[in-house]
Amino acid sequence: MPKPFSLARISIVLPLMLATLSGCDMVVMAPSGDIAVQQRDLIVISTVLMLLIIVPVICLTLFFAWRYRQSNKAATYDPEWHHSTGLEVIIWSAPLAIIIALGAITWVSTHKLDPYRPLDRIDAARPVSGEVKPITVEVVALDWKWLFFYPDYGIATVNEMAAPVDVPINFKLTASSVMNSFYVPALAGMIYTMPGMETKLHAVINKAGDYEGFSSNYSGDGFSHMRFKFHGLDQAGFDQWVAQVKQNGTALNRDAYLKLEKPSVKEPVRYYASVDDGLYEAVLNMCVREGQMCMKDMMHIDMMGGAGVESQENRAKLQHDNRHADQASGEGGTAATFPDTGNPSHSEEPAEGVEEPATMNHDGHQM
Amino acid sequence: MFGNTSLTHFLFGRLSWEAIPYHEPILVVTFAVVALGGLALLALITKYRLWGYLWHEWFTSVDHKKIGIMYIILAIIMLLRGFSDAVMMRIQQAIAFNGSEGYLPPHHYDQVFTAHGVIMIFFVAMPFVTGFMNYVVPLQIGARDVSFPFLNNFSFWMTTAGAIIIMMSLFVGEFARTGWLAYPPLSGAAYSPGVGVDYYIWGLQVAGVGTTLSGINLIATIVKMRAPGMTFMKMPVFTWTSLCTNILIVATFPILTATLALLSLDRYVGTNFFTNDLGGNPMMYINLIWIWGHPEVYILVLPAFGIFSEVVATFCGKRLFGYASMVYATCVIMILSYLVWLHHFFTMGSGASVNAFFGITTMIISIPTGAKMFNWLFTMYRGRIRYDVPMLWTVGFMVTFVIGGMTGVMLAIPPADFVLHNSLFLIAHFHNVIIGGVLFGLLAGVNYWFPKAFGYRLDPFWGKLSFWFWQIGFFVAFMPLYVLGLMGVTRRVSQFEDPSLQIWFIIAAVGAFLIALGILAFIVQLVVSFLRRDELRDTTGDPWDGRTLEWSTSSPPPDYNFAFTPVVHDHDSWYDMKSRGYERPLTGFRPIHMPKNTGTGIILAGISTVLAFALIWYIWWLAALSFIAIVAVSIGHTFNYHRDFFIPADTVVATEEARTKTLAERT
Amino acid sequence: MSATQVQETEKPQFYLTEEHHPENSTMLGFWIYLMSDCLIFAVLFATHGVLGRSYAAGPSPADLFDLGLVAFNTAMLLLSSITYGFAMLQMERGAKMETLVWLAVTGLFGATFLGVELYEFHHLILEGAGPTRSAFLSSFFTLVGTHGLHVTFGTIWLITLMMQVGKHGLTPENRRRLMCLSMFWHFLDVIWIGVFSFVYLLGVLG
Repeated sequence: MPKPFSLARISIVLPLMLATLSGCDMVVMAPSGDIAVQQRDLIVISTVLMLLIIVPVICLTLFFAWRYRQSNKAATYDPEWHHSTGLEVIIWSAPLAIIIALGAITWVSTHKLDPYRPLDRIDAARPVSGEVKPITVEVVALDWKWLFFYPDYGIATVNEMAAPVDVPINFKLTASSVMNSFYVPALAGMIYTMPGMETKLHAVINKAGDYEGFSSNYSGDGFSHMRFKFHGLDQAGFDQWVAQVKQNGTALNRDAYLKLEKPSVKEPVRYYASVDDGLYEAVLNMCVREGQMCMKDMMHIDMMGGAGVESQENRAKLQHDNRHADQASGEGGTAATFPDTGNPSHSEEPAEGVEEPATMNHDGHQM
Repeated sequence: MFGNTSLTHFLFGRLSWEAIPYHEPILVVTFAVVALGGLALLALITKYRLWGYLWHEWFTSVDHKKIGIMYIILAIIMLLRGFSDAVMMRIQQAIAFNGSEGYLPPHHYDQVFTAHGVIMIFFVAMPFVTGFMNYVVPLQIGARDVSFPFLNNFSFWMTTAGAIIIMMSLFVGEFARTGWLAYPPLSGAAYSPGVGVDYYIWGLQVAGVGTTLSGINLIATIVKMRAPGMTFMKMPVFTWTSLCTNILIVATFPILTATLALLSLDRYVGTNFFTNDLGGNPMMYINLIWIWGHPEVYILVLPAFGIFSEVVATFCGKRLFGYASMVYATCVIMILSYLVWLHHFFTMGSGASVNAFFGITTMIISIPTGAKMFNWLFTMYRGRIRYDVPMLWTVGFMVTFVIGGMTGVMLAIPPADFVLHNSLFLIAHFHNVIIGGVLFGLLAGVNYWFPKAFGYRLDPFWGKLSFWFWQIGFFVAFMPLYVLGLMGVTRRVSQFEDPSLQIWFIIAAVGAFLIALGILAFIVQLVVSFLRRDELRDTTGDPWDGRTLEWSTSSPPPDYNFAFTPVVHDHDSWYDMKSRGYERPLTGFRPIHMPKNTGTGIILAGISTVLAFALIWYIWWLAALSFIAIVAVSIGHTFNYHRDFFIPADTVVATEEARTKTLAERT
Repeated sequence: MSATQVQETEKPQFYLTEEHHPENSTMLGFWIYLMSDCLIFAVLFATHGVLGRSYAAGPSPADLFDLGLVAFNTAMLLLSSITYGFAMLQMERGAKMETLVWLAVTGLFGATFLGVELYEFHHLILEGAGPTRSAFLSSFFTLVGTHGLHVTFGTIWLITLMMQVGKHGLTPENRRRLMCLSMFWHFLDVIWIGVFSFVYLLGVLG
């Protein structure tokens, strides 16, 4: 019976391979931000805890499979043996014990690493001190690029973000059309970005360097290239970066945003030296376009009991998704039915992210 | 001119020549192959004059055994489609580096991964599982058929209709580009205006009707049709897991149906359930779909656990260790599976306490699952293990599945999930449990029950070859994905920038190739076994020295399953009968009351397919017409009061005497 | 493998020599179906629970619902349940004509209910409060409309059964079918009580 043995080899060698690999390019196992480091530690601890039970099970399986093979007449054969209270207690309580341990770890760590919770330490050795002011970054996931607002500096960028080392970052995140997920593996775990809603993330980068950031929740055609560079910089470097953005950037007003919002792929890095007041708030409340009602105003009206029967005009003000675009694009609807066949695909030629034909219909808003 | 277009529009809705993807070479070739293969098959059927036979003996059959076999054939055919999608993705990901876009542009790749998920879950795993439950459960409980035989036939054809609708999207129009759960707002009318999501919705809705009804049917069967003496705690473990699975089906599929109905209202009527604007709430869809989706995982894996339990007891020549704790573990898993759905979106920003609660409930499921694992382990202890193919799959499962279980618990810790969610680590995890758990179980089941269904065993050489290709191929294909996940690579990405990833994708592609060989070996096994059927013939009805009632009757069983209803004294009732000197009755046969075949099921499912097609393409007149036809045919069916007949005693005597003769010949 | 070994000591009975008649499963099966249907309503109720106050700066229940009309409609449906009960009593007695008459009365109440509901929907849509106006109205129309569709199908089924009873009489099959429809009809009543309380009353007063 050589077969169980090659199995054994695979199942033992592979986890070992995993372990040895973790040194080099596995960013999740060797991150550079304190939150991600703690999350990595959790993976390691839970794996070790579970291996306490997994390894014996695999070994016993293979051992029993070998020992009680039919050809081994030396092994005891007891066809009626099917119950043992002692053994039953063990097989239920051993996993239970592990799960109690893991459950306790889960409860504590989930609260400690809650993305909504402000940081209380820079890394394992240093608590957050009063004099370090956290930096706020407002993130908008657009089709298919990332827009970062720096309200403290009055600047904004596309597909590139930077943060000073060892300074807590407070992210506020939203999206323009569909769900995405903001993820910089070296920095911290991911969080969904959703239109009309704000999620939060608190993190800190501890090592200077250039890291990868991307969307980790599928969002359509351009999803594969919805990536950005995250620069961890020392304070001087960061100030220089801000200055560079201010120097080379254009203005991000509402019109510019509405153009930017249209679907585009492989958008180049862009800098904005100035940002319209309250633009992020408007994006979050889905009321950038002239004449739209903001979500928060709508919610306020709803809380007060609605706006009565004579409120037809509010409907148009609240339409954000362009659901009737296929009628708008002409009779027959074939073009809208087959955005991928008749018309140029979004994946080719990003065309500067503007003047896309009304194929994906993200760009409607004409009411 | 205008009048003409509006007439065309009225007649064909949004269907036009544009819908036929003749400019996509991959699809044209696929279509040619499918069309030629289909034509060849039709020609063969016509040549051998099989239409009448197929129609009368199979398509209209209400025999649970034939329906079970048809379910499994459907699953195997769809497995080939779903696996082709997998191979396409593996190739794309292995080559789309260094600025190369690969050979699948995003709009095609996105359809492929959506179709892969949908097909593998709904049209491979589900019919496979349902097929086994249909075939085996009535035999295991000593019944002659299920409670509602017509409904059973109808359920099967509705599942098939769903599969046909999904397959149609390959050649007429496009499939959804949303991922297999079609999260809004992406799947809403605003961001997916084409027919893809509509194909998805109607394919699942039509198949969902079949699944729900078959779940109701099997629950009623298990509760009401058990042989005398078979109390709940004497039911075979597979029947137990089937009962729990069907309870899960009935208690979850309506949620899927309702959720998809709301999504279709958003798309067709313009309501605001899951839109961004006008008060809609996409997060509600994600909650609802996972309240169905998580139990669905257990719908698939519980029957597989049942199969392993049967196989391990049989091939160890030993009673199952801890029958009672196995049953309790199954029930606990069934209940807990409702309390964990939120772990699929820890990253949606729920509070820490909510996340922690769902993380811990998820971990708790690993306790009964662990208990089951130990039960199988201690069944092997002091057994005398015969390594026939089903047992190989079982040992392979035990080793593979625990790894998947471990990574699953890792994902259940919310902060760890924050870095692993939506990554290839997650992909590796669920393939680890679905292939290593569900699929291994199903293939063990095929090898185990095939002789019962067809009267000859499957060829063991090709079976073992298939097992080793699958087992090794699985590790080669998915261990790299664990690594890639830890390197921070996300699912559903079709083009890559970091060249250091490529080697892992190439290894994974090699693994997919090994699995392809495993599938090929399985098909060769079927063919070789058919050719060698006389050598592999099982004349006893009990080729594995089985323990449950299905092995007490002939292989294949007669239409009526049991000439006399068995009386049960123990949960291993056939083993009990054998060891206590059961003698097969030879006289006293009576006529047997059986349900009649009917074509209503296939007709209704056929019209449902037309209805779905009409709705997908906005052909409203056809939709209205086919809807009226469905109602009319259903009502017409209720006017048929003659739904059963008696197998005459002479026929029973002849059948049983033939069996007596074959049994005598072997000794 | 088969009976080769002979153990004469107390051989239990291993099979029934008489024809085995398992209990009929129809009522159980139908009950399970109703529970699955109940889940569909549960989803719709939950949806209404989530979206019921999302008026999208539009009309709220207090602006739209005419509780008097709804109370009348509730009465119609409750009465139809009672008359269905009378039909079942007559069925137990074996009185075919009386059963049919009560079934017809039930159908009339059901049709009245549907008529009033259609009037209400029509009125709301005319007011600009159609299902596309807000998430609240989407969930309202879907929940109430799904119930209405069930009543519609119940009515069609009722007519079918009346034809079948008329043709074949109160045979065991027809009795079973009447029992099933009875469960269905009362089930819809229970659902409606939920709709009336949670959607209308709580909506307007809550």
